[in-house]
Amino acid sequence: MHVPDGFINAPTSAVTGVVAAGAIAVSLRGARRELDERTAPLAGLVAAFIFAVQMLNFPVAAGTSGHLLGGALAAILVGPYTGVLCVSVVLLMQGILFADGGLTALGVNITDMAIVTTVVAYALFRGLVKVLPRGRRSVTAASFAAALVSVPAAALAFTFIYWIGGTTDVAIGKVATAMIGVHVLIGIGEAAITALTVGAVIAVRPDLVYGARGLTQRLKLRVGGELVDAPAAEPAAAPAAARSHRKLWLTGLVTSLVLAGFVSFYASANPDGLEKVAADKGIDKTAEEHAAADSPLADYGVKDITDARLSGGLAGVIGVGVTVVAGSAVFWAVRRRRTDDVSPTSTSV
Amino acid sequence: MGSGHAHRLYRHGHSPVHALPPHTKLAAAFAFVVVVVSTPREAMWAFALYAVLLAAVAYAARVPAGFLLKRLLIEVPFVAFAVLMPFVAEGERVDVLGLSLSVNGLWGAWNVLAKGTLGVAASVLLAATTELRELLLGLQRLKLPPLLVQIASFMIRYGDVITDEMRRMRIARESRGFEARGVRHWGVLAKSAGALFIRSYERGERVHLAMVSRGYAGAMPVIDEVTASRAQWTCALALPCAALAVCLLGWTL
Repeated sequence: MHVPDGFINAPTSAVTGVVAAGAIAVSLRGARRELDERTAPLAGLVAAFIFAVQMLNFPVAAGTSGHLLGGALAAILVGPYTGVLCVSVVLLMQGILFADGGLTALGVNITDMAIVTTVVAYALFRGLVKVLPRGRRSVTAASFAAALVSVPAAALAFTFIYWIGGTTDVAIGKVATAMIGVHVLIGIGEAAITALTVGAVIAVRPDLVYGARGLTQRLKLRVGGELVDAPAAEPAAAPAAARSHRKLWLTGLVTSLVLAGFVSFYASANPDGLEKVAADKGIDKTAEEHAAADSPLADYGVKDITDARLSGGLAGVIGVGVTVVAGSAVFWAVRRRRTDDVSPTSTSV
Repeated sequence: MGSGHAHRLYRHGHSPVHALPPHTKLAAAFAFVVVVVSTPREAMWAFALYAVLLAAVAYAARVPAGFLLKRLLIEVPFVAFAVLMPFVAEGERVDVLGLSLSVNGLWGAWNVLAKGTLGVAASVLLAATTELRELLLGLQRLKLPPLLVQIASFMIRYGDVITDEMRRMRIARESRGFEARGVRHWGVLAKSAGALFIRSYERGERVHLAMVSRGYAGAMPVIDEVTASRAQWTCALALPCAALAVCLLGWTL
């Protein structure tokens, strides 16, 4: 999915470049809090791992094979901030060194493959881990679902960017159908590999899996035949961390809902005639839809509002605005929460 | 693992292009691609001129045409996409050799092909004339966040180590009679990927400890500051300036 130069027009590339730069700046700060001064070597080595594992071929059948994209895997194994950083660095180096993906399309590529994939995957993963019973198996199941959704989400994000600034007016419905159709298939493979890999790491070193940090059992002492909680060094950390993750989860979910809602709305509209109707009417409709949707998958089936078609340019501006605002809200909220509660978790590894 | 290692796209040489400071080359390549992308697609001759400009740079860098063309093959997946465009795009149709093609799609395909190829060629030239370490120094000089540059440098330095580790694991699997043929073997491969992750992460921790024991406190000392003279900047920016002139002509004509 590496986008070359000239595929997306210059203004859109610039906007996505700004989005990518902002997200990387936030991730740099967040990763430093996740890993303190170990950030550079650890994130670098994980980036090298992602780079290497993208070359590991998984045979499907009859000579075809797939490989991992790694966004979801990075988010679950090392945390969302470090994940964004690692995948972004991989993309940056691929663009500069291997000419894989255009230099001006770096913003598009990073937004699409590093940010959307990682954030959507991690938000969904967090949500599922919250809902499912505690245990190794539910972490694996959650990583399956997260990776499964993250790939079509990246395809949706690409379609959205293409719709705003694509240089050819291919009907957006066709682009969306092709992209999502192909990437749902890729997503299934990605999900299976990610879940198996996360499971393999959890089996050996559960302490290394960022997404499974809540699973560690509290240290118990046997005092006179009874199990007593050991005097914990970090008793306050768990609830605070949980709250911050819930915040992350909720805001991330809303972000992806907004994104998916907008795009699938246009994907389901009749591709031949995007007539101009009153913008406010369309906005009302989409807003209602967001309020009604309660799961991220529900958005892919928004079909009941095909009659409302927004004028393209205005909706594009609103869509970008909402996405940027919601995206920065996630980071802002998490950053606020993280400042006071992260030090115990980062020193516990 | 030091500066002696060169990536496989690098071509050792002593041409004037090789001698330019890395950050001037990075800036020039980026500016060139920006100019190419903002050129109107109807100005076909402009893209030919851009190609001539790049060919001149390649000549000055003594990069053989065969090398450059071979590296351009990385673009093939998107060429396939571009070929599809005339068939699926909207707008008026035109009949070419009995096929009904969209005029708009033809323009779109041309746009992607021309700009994408020029962009890839510029990146290939940049990578072929700049050593890895220089490239990282150049990125640092261009005010990329130091932490990001450090992460990138660790990724580059240990990329080969990790890849080799993966290769050794593959050899170990194969020497025990394992052959991945289908979905049923994914479990084994995923376990290898998991082991690779653990090894990479633990190596990262060891590297960090080794760095701390040598006095690392969160920032790398800059021992070789790269600087560029006015003449070198002029030399490097000649390419995007010439391209800009072509682009302005393309917009006005």
